[in-house]
Amino acid sequence: MKTICLFFQVHQPFRLRRFRFFDIGNDQYYYDDYLNESVVRKVANHCYLPANEIILDLIKKHQGKFKVSFSISGMALEQFELYAPEVLESFRKLAQTGQVEFLAETWAHSLASLKDREEFEMQVKMHAERIKTLFGQEPTAFRNTEHIYSDEIGAMVADMGYRVMLTEGAKHVLGWKSPNFLYANAINPKLKVLLRNFKLSDDIAFRFSNKSWNEWPLTADKFVSWINTIPPREEVLNLFMDYETFGEHQWADTGIFEFLRALPAIVFDKSTYQFSTPSEIAEKLYVVSAIHVPYPISWADEERDLTAWLGNPLQEEAFNKLYSLKDKIRNLDDPGLKKDWYYLQNSDHFYYMCTKFFSDGSVHSYFNPYNSPYDAFINYMNVLSDFMIRLNAALPSTSEEKELARLYQMVREKDEVIKKYEEKIRMGARKPASRKPAQKKVSSRKKEGTGTTRKPSGKKTGEKSASDVRKKSGKKAPTTGKSSGTRKKSSK
Amino acid sequence: MRVLMFGWEFPPHISGGLGTASYGLTRGMSTLSDVDVLFVVPRAYGDEDQTAIRLIGAGDIPITRKRLDIESFRKKFDYLEVASHLIPYMDPKEYEKIHSREEAGNKRFLHIDEEGRIVFSGEYGPGLLDEIANYALVAGIIGRDEEFDLIHAHDWLAYPAGIAAKMASGKPLIIHVHATDFDRSGGSVNPDVYAIEKRGMEAADRIIAVSNLTRSIVIEKYGIPPEKVVTVYNAVEPLEDHKPMGLRKGVDDKIVTFLGRITMQKGPEYFIEAAFRVLKKMRNVRFIMAGSGDLMEKMILRAAQLRITDRFHFTGFLKGDDVFDMLRMSDLYIMPSVSEPFGISPLEAMQSNVPVIISRQSGVAEILTYAIKVDFWDIDAIADSIYGLLNYPALSTMFKKYGKIEVDNLRWDESARQVRDVYYDVLNQGKS
Repeated sequence: MKTICLFFQVHQPFRLRRFRFFDIGNDQYYYDDYLNESVVRKVANHCYLPANEIILDLIKKHQGKFKVSFSISGMALEQFELYAPEVLESFRKLAQTGQVEFLAETWAHSLASLKDREEFEMQVKMHAERIKTLFGQEPTAFRNTEHIYSDEIGAMVADMGYRVMLTEGAKHVLGWKSPNFLYANAINPKLKVLLRNFKLSDDIAFRFSNKSWNEWPLTADKFVSWINTIPPREEVLNLFMDYETFGEHQWADTGIFEFLRALPAIVFDKSTYQFSTPSEIAEKLYVVSAIHVPYPISWADEERDLTAWLGNPLQEEAFNKLYSLKDKIRNLDDPGLKKDWYYLQNSDHFYYMCTKFFSDGSVHSYFNPYNSPYDAFINYMNVLSDFMIRLNAALPSTSEEKELARLYQMVREKDEVIKKYEEKIRMGARKPASRKPAQKKVSSRKKEGTGTTRKPSGKKTGEKSASDVRKKSGKKAPTTGKSSGTRKKSSK
Repeated sequence: MRVLMFGWEFPPHISGGLGTASYGLTRGMSTLSDVDVLFVVPRAYGDEDQTAIRLIGAGDIPITRKRLDIESFRKKFDYLEVASHLIPYMDPKEYEKIHSREEAGNKRFLHIDEEGRIVFSGEYGPGLLDEIANYALVAGIIGRDEEFDLIHAHDWLAYPAGIAAKMASGKPLIIHVHATDFDRSGGSVNPDVYAIEKRGMEAADRIIAVSNLTRSIVIEKYGIPPEKVVTVYNAVEPLEDHKPMGLRKGVDDKIVTFLGRITMQKGPEYFIEAAFRVLKKMRNVRFIMAGSGDLMEKMILRAAQLRITDRFHFTGFLKGDDVFDMLRMSDLYIMPSVSEPFGISPLEAMQSNVPVIISRQSGVAEILTYAIKVDFWDIDAIADSIYGLLNYPALSTMFKKYGKIEVDNLRWDESARQVRDVYYDVLNQGKS
């Protein structure tokens, strides 16, 4: 059996708003609603809605033979709910056909797999549950953020009960081997691994509309003639790409939708290939060997490694600062902070800080709200600083508890002072200047004195006014309340 | 190939970027075996570094043996009034001089010493326009007497000299635009300076601009055909071994430095406003405005008005080693220029391992990657960048490490090679 595995990533980050340092401690909202909404609306109209419609038609037309799979990040799901509920509805329709598999991933489209197992597992669980409620499927296949994979991550995923995982067919991992086989995790062979055929995937995703490409224009016929040249023993062709390829990266007028519409029929007519979902493939095909991936790989940039997110000191710093908070978060029960915690883990924030200016700069600038990676870093760190303040306020450790208590006390004291002054103003209004000026002076001074005594807690009124006087006169004053009165006069 | 080059100043007698750039370029050219430079300045002091080139002062050329065509040049320039913003670079000493000399009035006669040489001050005084005219006069004589293949004139003060030499010799003229009056004046251009600049650009066979920013000003504001203007970026001299500092940092606070003439072009007010915003949020930082200029008093007043003078300091004009010491003390260098044709000073800061924030309206922003670029008017963005660099150490660590490498790769010999390519291009064009 020869089969094609069509997989699409659907993801939209919650992009941060411009958060200046003077907002730290003053503002708690971090997201650029306008930008996020307009991007989601735009991509929904250009891509998600028309592409879903075509796929639905194709599934109906080919009666059970055409199959696709999706991984929709939690961030995208939330934004669809907020800004484009009809997109969710159209995915639900796809789910109802039974020909579409939805994969699990991390809820926050995060890099948690690289840092913290507990956090990772929790996010995967969150995502899987949400997929179940939305689409009625319990995911059995897994796809990590940006196809990040290593032997250890695979083993972790296997432990969570997943049977198959998708990743990149990175050259430096495969060497002479072909991605067109079913592989298994090197630590736990129960987990099957599907590797992306990046040549044929990128012919569609990146090169489709490139007129200087010598294969332009790419038609479904031509594509099928290519896949027919794949040796017969190589059983699976993994075409993984961003769903935004259809209508957004490649605009509708490039003919990308026509390509999608024509492909299945030509595959069935002119080749022996079928379409399958990842879980079906894991079930039906035999594993040829284990794949050894000691260091994490991904599907990003030329290097196919982590350098797009964790390749420079800025990214490392932001990443480490963020995950230094994880223990605190675990004891937290504040839905607002939790939500921000997930949104801030989104891998895109780190992607924007990438300084590989030359080789992949253009891809990094796609929907990038920042002028420069430094700008992205500073903005993110400002937000993170504010988040840390809020987190510490919600969960004070011992030294901070004290500080906080002190601050609360200060606020209370100031309230009292304000009350006092208000009273004074009211009294002043009620009793106009009928009194003698001398008397008035004394009374007002008295009030000021008592007002200030509220500040330090344990001290008594008499002592305090004495120390006040000491400051005024610049001489050492006796501490008894009685003599302070005389000092007052002399200092006047 | 022999090049006759006209400049206005040459180290150590400089007051701004023009002298530094001309010097660097000629140093770079000395590495090229096929280019020989004769550099002319109005006044040579005799202590200039002549290892790279032959330097002559126009004041050393006797003119008595020629029939003087003084009138034609004088007519063109002698009606100019000297307005203070016309003067590109000024230190306090010269500022004083201008005030005291204004009284003397405009005397219109040619100072010639007993050997028939014109006396040049070589400074930016009220006699500037006379000097430019006289300089051109002598340039014409040099143009007739010296052997060379082409003429290269630096900035507007030397354009008339270049034109005169071209008229005398018929050799091609290249002018090098280090700045235009649009940069210096902040938009309110002196029409007479503009006329000199435009005349130079039109007379030139090719124009070298120090950045694409300047190139587009030359094309758009002076109406020069784009194919005539090429960009050659400036570079920076490698840092010499520097003795331990004379000045010492006496505080633990972070230091953020602005270093340059305090004039409208450099955007000092944006620095103060940004400092004010940063000081509202953090205290362990001090801001230094080093330099002097016509806006200095206004800036001191503004700082006082904002009540930040306990954290915002003015050093006045810094000279020589003090500049390096100031840079080495700094944790951050900022150049919020409103219009900066190139801007060598951030490169010098980066050589001293100081992270930089530069305005996007500067030529140097076109070639630097390890620097934060902001719009000069975006005070919030400047403040945010300052805060970020001081509070998130990963950023400054990265800038120090990679910025140094980046700036070490900006070498004058590379710029000189590009200028040489322009020379050959112009000479070949003349032949065909």
